[in-house]
Amino acid sequence: MNKFLYTVDRDPELVERYREDPRGTVEWWEAERANVILNVPTAEKSSWLRFSDAEREALATHDYPALFGLGVHPFLALTLFIAMFERDYTEPLGFQLEYAQRLSHYTMPYPDIAT
Amino acid sequence: MATIAAVIASTHHPFYYRASTSTGDDRPPFADEWVAKVTSFRETLTRANADVLVLVGSDHFHQLWLDNMPQFLVGKAPFYDANWYNEEREFGLPKMFFTGQEDLSAHILRNGLDAGFDLAFSNELRIDHSVTCPIITLRPQADLPIVPIYTNIFAPPLPQPKRYVQLGQMIRDVVESWPADLRVAIIGTGHLSLELGGPRQFGPHGPDPEFDRKAVEWIASGDIEKALGEVSLDSLWEPGNATHGFLDFMLMMGVAGAGQQADYVDTLDLFHTMEAYFTWYPGKTDAGGRA
Repeated sequence: MNKFLYTVDRDPELVERYREDPRGTVEWWEAERANVILNVPTAEKSSWLRFSDAEREALATHDYPALFGLGVHPFLALTLFIAMFERDYTEPLGFQLEYAQRLSHYTMPYPDIAT
Repeated sequence: MATIAAVIASTHHPFYYRASTSTGDDRPPFADEWVAKVTSFRETLTRANADVLVLVGSDHFHQLWLDNMPQFLVGKAPFYDANWYNEEREFGLPKMFFTGQEDLSAHILRNGLDAGFDLAFSNELRIDHSVTCPIITLRPQADLPIVPIYTNIFAPPLPQPKRYVQLGQMIRDVVESWPADLRVAIIGTGHLSLELGGPRQFGPHGPDPEFDRKAVEWIASGDIEKALGEVSLDSLWEPGNATHGFLDFMLMMGVAGAGQQADYVDTLDLFHTMEAYFTWYPGKTDAGGRA
């Protein structure tokens, strides 16, 4: 999940694609990109990376509260979701505050993010 | 031998650039006070007449990834590009470019390894706002050669807090032993209480003002012992889920020295996370001229 968020966030075209078509982008990424070793773009690939059903569904539906519960790195999720949705809010930090509010049912300790 | 011109620690609030350069209706109400504080803070480096800057920061998942995550990394390159697409996108940060100081990088690596720190290095490092924010606040002309040092404060497992303090002490000792007749400022940035991507983010103040009050006092008085006694990897989640950035403040306390009172202390209670600024002048003899 973290690798998905990281690789999409750094590519302006993928940011737009994930905003417009989350399910399609997740499906393409899992098939074509999940096993690309980032320092080795064309040669050897990994063989074992895939999403669980819950992870795939959360990413495919932009469900960032579910992603938080699944233990994604919160900074990666926040940065990408701001990139996609901040533009839809007129108040400064409007999206960020809604994001906080939609996570407000989580109490300490937060879900474990260790990898 | 090199002289430590100044030891400087601060936060690295990425909103400063946009706030300080905005005009008219876009200019937020807190911008003028923020600019005034930063202008005063900047003077503490200017008067130190540094020749070289060592800059301690933390890559926010820009170049360093979970497939190969260094705990402590020293840049050793002739040049460094700076700022990343997502920082331009979210914060309006400009692209920047720096000259490196490879002799000092090599000296820190060799002596750091020999002192028992298994340092990683990079010969091609693009640096991020943890390093460019203090440049924007303290040295916007970006004219001095740099040695960037990255610490992991984001991707658990992290080293123990005392290791960051030890690293800071090592950096101080090793820079002081550099056989170059130059003035080096050691600058590091970290976090006070901070929440990113969690329920307490972007509030009107930082998530834990009581932690911030205590932390500022520890840093200002160089009370490493107290900070180590009250902070742990487990406890740092509580003031905010990004508060492990405080470990870089502890590193800078190691650079400044136990019990060393900061010569300059200032804070700004801002939305989202408190700003804090600290400068020490080692030796406290003359903060301006040559030794």
